[in-house]
Order: sequence, then structure tokens, then C-alpha cells
Amino acid sequence: MMSVTHFLAVLRARNREFLRDRSSWAWNIIFPLLLIGGLAVMFGNDNRTMFKVGVYPDAQGADQFLQTRHIKFVDSTELQAAITRVERHQLDLLLDRQQKRYWVNDTSPNGYLVERILAGSSAPDIERQQVSGRQVRYVDWVVPGILGLNMMFSCLFGVGYVIVRYRKSGVLKRLKATPLAALEFLAAQVVSRLWLVMAITLSVFFVTHWILDFTMHGSYFTLILVLTLGAIALINMGLLVAARTASEELAGGLLNLFTWPMMIMSGVWFSLEGAHPLVQMASKALPLTHVVEGARSIMIDGATILDVGWNIVYLVIFAIGCVLLGAKLFRWE
Amino acid sequence: MLEADNLVKHFTEKKNADRQGSGKGRGTQPGLVKAVDGVSLSIASGTCFGLLGPNGAGKTTTVEMLEGIVQPTSGSVRYRGKPLGADFRQKAGIMFQNTALQDFMTVREALQMFGSFYSNTVPAEQLIEQCALSEFLDRDTGKLSGGQKQRLLLAVALVNDPEVIFLDEPTTGLDPQARRNFWSLVNDIKASGKTVVLTTHYMEEAALLCDELVFVDHGKVIAAGKPRDLLSDSFDDVLLELPAEAITSDLPAQPFHSATLHGQTVEISTRDINASIQYLLEHNVSLSGMQVRSRSLEDLFIELTGKDLRS
Repeated sequence: MMSVTHFLAVLRARNREFLRDRSSWAWNIIFPLLLIGGLAVMFGNDNRTMFKVGVYPDAQGADQFLQTRHIKFVDSTELQAAITRVERHQLDLLLDRQQKRYWVNDTSPNGYLVERILAGSSAPDIERQQVSGRQVRYVDWVVPGILGLNMMFSCLFGVGYVIVRYRKSGVLKRLKATPLAALEFLAAQVVSRLWLVMAITLSVFFVTHWILDFTMHGSYFTLILVLTLGAIALINMGLLVAARTASEELAGGLLNLFTWPMMIMSGVWFSLEGAHPLVQMASKALPLTHVVEGARSIMIDGATILDVGWNIVYLVIFAIGCVLLGAKLFRWE
Repeated sequence: MLEADNLVKHFTEKKNADRQGSGKGRGTQPGLVKAVDGVSLSIASGTCFGLLGPNGAGKTTTVEMLEGIVQPTSGSVRYRGKPLGADFRQKAGIMFQNTALQDFMTVREALQMFGSFYSNTVPAEQLIEQCALSEFLDRDTGKLSGGQKQRLLLAVALVNDPEVIFLDEPTTGLDPQARRNFWSLVNDIKASGKTVVLTTHYMEEAALLCDELVFVDHGKVIAAGKPRDLLSDSFDDVLLELPAEAITSDLPAQPFHSATLHGQTVEISTRDINASIQYLLEHNVSLSGMQVRSRSLEDLFIELTGKDLRS
């Protein structure tokens, strides 16, 4: 039976520990603000160097246009979704090989150039479809990734590393000597980190939204739900890493082992569209991918809770799996 | 009150090295080290029970099995006739040899947090006065001196008004003044009728505080009893200490028992102090600088373990 008094006592202690540690404030709040601001300045004009063309239903074929160098052709299996991407400048042009038509955004300079290339390499009877829409800047695209990335570091290191430090310094041993149950201790760590991470993430979100006016087409409720589930999944992952580890060096190594692949393969900085299928498959196993993918769909595409259903389900399964395994493996010493 | 029956504890070699800071241990099965090897003892209510032994002897492992922190490989621990259960946590207070508290927490907050874990607690004001915490009550626990930290950890161990309190080498690393202050606190705890289980390798501390002693070495009990009984059972001599230059010729076997040179001092053992002093005077040995002392627990310790105290 879990004691609420015990839980609250440890929760208060952990909250105080975080709130009084000024260096962690700097890391958790100032760093992401600077990062987003810096990226907004650097990529404010969306300086992608490669053209990207969607091809419906796929880009496999011997067409002369598809052999053009310096253009990235990506399979677009869902036509309507691909048209939306053209509207938001995420695709420079969309080609429907079956119906012999293409879509281009009349406000996109890249779209204009790719259209010229298409005209020079394809049959003249191809039908032009025009769309329009506000451009999705790189900063619009990257903000969900950075929010997720900051969340990942805060959850994994803020829980995993801290518990290992507690174990090494003897804090856990001291707590073990009291009637405090492991479940009460772990629950307090999760809740403490969860509300702190959410408070920080939402603060960063609203401050940067106010400054940069990035795209937010979806519902705030759905976005907060995805971010909360993502935070729980990542915190539980931290608990799992810390379940038995007693060495800070080993914990640091393990946490890096998890954070680096997520940093690169979760679509934080660049889209994995067109990447090797194995990379895409590995990416789908990472919780951060589902946080970033879900948040990005909500913010840029206005995705509903049903649209991001798979991301939500995956995060719930991942969180439950990690906490069950972590609780089973957990040792005070 | 608290009884241990034939406690045995095996650790893996790595874990044993982590606990003791060395890879040495008593071999048993391959890859395993026997840290405690059949320890049985009985601790009476209201006494101060001392567990003595050199580093790596198995004291801490034994006391942690008594506390219920470490599970024995075999053997049992019973408190008031019953195996240790979850309720023992409510009745025991523990001060570990090496421990820490969460960062960025004041002394007052630490007392509040630990107090909230127990159903029965001592009023904070009483603990603050008892352990002399008032001067640094709002100080971060990470900024306390060694003596202040030990007093706080003692207060944390007393927060639930325990029936039995375990103190594992509580004065290690303290300066003499802080150590004496701490002894005074432990004497107050004893006076309140609580049972104290103390591990130490300071023999002066054991002599001053303990009613019963157990010497442990190589994971086994090698001697047990009241301090005075242990000394009288093991020794029937007194020691004369003289500057080495005062002794210019060999001493006879009677009335002297033995003579050992320790640096610039000769330590002479004798069963007849009067005859010994008379002999020295008759042979014009200068007695200036002479000290006479009874055998101490430190002598007993070396006699039993054959080791230097802090080896």
C-alpha cells in the first residue's frame, strides 16, 4: 500500500533539489531558448540546398525527370497529405505519375525552379495543378524537435543520473533504512521530474511562439497530451537505466548510448524521409521519434488525436514497459 | 532482544571489493567471498553493544544484517523473538558509516522529511536540542562540518524514537573534540534506556560506551563478553613504559614477564608491580618518564587480531 505522506515528502525534497540548483535551470531553460533563437537566425530564410519532389505513388521508374541530379525524390503514397506538404513548402513539387499531373506552390521559388526542370524533361501533356499556402520555415519544423530533445535530456539525465548519484553517495541506502517503499520513492521521482519538465517545455514553447510566431495548426490539448506521454516514457527510460547502475561513469555512458541515436535518428534536425528503410525502422523504435513526429504533425499539419493515435499508443506501451522492467530490476544499493 | 543465529554472508568478489575498498576476502566458492562466517550473538535490551574488529573483519556486514539492510546468505536475525519484518523499520534507528542526504536540503528540512516516514516521531524541538542542531538548523546539509553532519545523521536516526539504534563507526574522521561531543550524545541516548549497537575500531570509544563487546575477525566472533571480564580473562599483568635509554642491561624473567621496544620506549610487562619497581630502583634505573598502565582494550585487540588497529 503506497503512503501518500511518504510520496509527498520525497517529492518535496526532489522538487527543492531541482529548484535550488541554478545550474540545472540554465541547462533546462536557457539552453533551448538560445538554440531555437540561433536556429531561427541561421535558417530564417529556409536555406535548404536540395530540391525535394514528392512522387505519387512512388518514385521508382525510368522517367528522365526522376533521374535528375540534385533533386531528392520521395515516395508519396497518400496524395492529399502530399498536396498539403506542397502547400506548406515542405515539398517543392508533387508529381502524380498515374494521372500525369503535378502540383506546385506558386509562392515557392524552389517550386518554380523545379517546375522549369520538369518542363524540360517530361512530356508536354502533363497537367499543372496550382496550390498556395504559407511556407513552413525551418524553425517551424525544428521547434517540436528541439522541445522533444530538451525534454529527452532533462528526463533521462534528471532522473537516471540523479538516482545513480543517490545510490553512489549512499542517499538510497539511507532511505532504504526507513519505512519508505521503493514504489513511493520512484513515483516521487517520476512526478517531480514530470511537472518540472512540462512546466519548462511549455514555458519554452510559449516564449518562442511569442517571439518567432511559429506554426501551430493543431489543438493545444493534443500537443500537451503527446508531450506529457513522451516525458513519462523518457523518465521511465531513465528509471530503467538507473535501476541497478551504481557507477556514474557507466550511467553516463548508458545515457549517451540512448541519447545519441535519438538525437540523430528521431527526426529532430532533419527529416528521415528517403533515408534507408532500416534507419527508418530503427527510428520508429525510439520514443523521441514519436514525441517529435506527433508534436510536429499537430503543430504543422493540425493533426488530431486520432491522427497521432499510433504515436500515443507507442509512447504508452513504451512507458509501461520501462516502468515495469525498471521497478522489477530496481535495487536501493 | 536482538539475536543473531549463525549468520553467514557471501558476496561476489567485485561486490566485496566495492564494500571494502579491496579485493581481499575469505575464499569460499569460486568467485565468492565469505564476508561473515557463522556469527551468533545476543543483544540485551537497554545495553550498549559494541562490535569491534579490524577493517574488513565483517563488522559492517554483520551490523547491516542485524539492521535488516543486508539479507544473510544463511542464518537468522530475530527481534523480540520474531524474524525481522517491515515493522522493524519503525522501531530501529540507523546511522550508517558512509551515507549522504539529498542535495540542497537544510537541516530542518531533512528532519521533516525523515520524520514524515514514521508513524511515531520525536518532536523536532526535542531532537534539535538533544543533538545540538540549533546553530545550523537552516544551513544546507552539504555545508556542514564533519561533527555537525554526524550530529544531524544521529538526529535522523533518532527521529522515530527508536527502541534500538545502530551506530556504524559514527566518529570515524572526527576531530577529538567532536568525537567527545558525540560520545556525550551517545551516553545521553544510553541513559534514556535505548539499546545501542555500536561498531567502532576506536577502543577508547568502546571502553567508554559499551556494556558488552564482541570482537570479530575474518568474519567470525573471536571473543565476547563485558569489557572488564574480557580484559581480566586475557591479561594478568600491568605495563611499565620507560624511555629506551634508561634500560642498559637485560631484565631478568622474574619479576618481569616481557620487554618490547616500541620506538624510543620500552614496554615492560609484569605481574608484580612492586617487585618490578624495587628491582629497577636497586639497579639504578632512572624512573623519570616512567608510566604505569593497565591493559586496555587496544592491547586486547592486538592480542586477539594480531593487527594494528587501523590497518
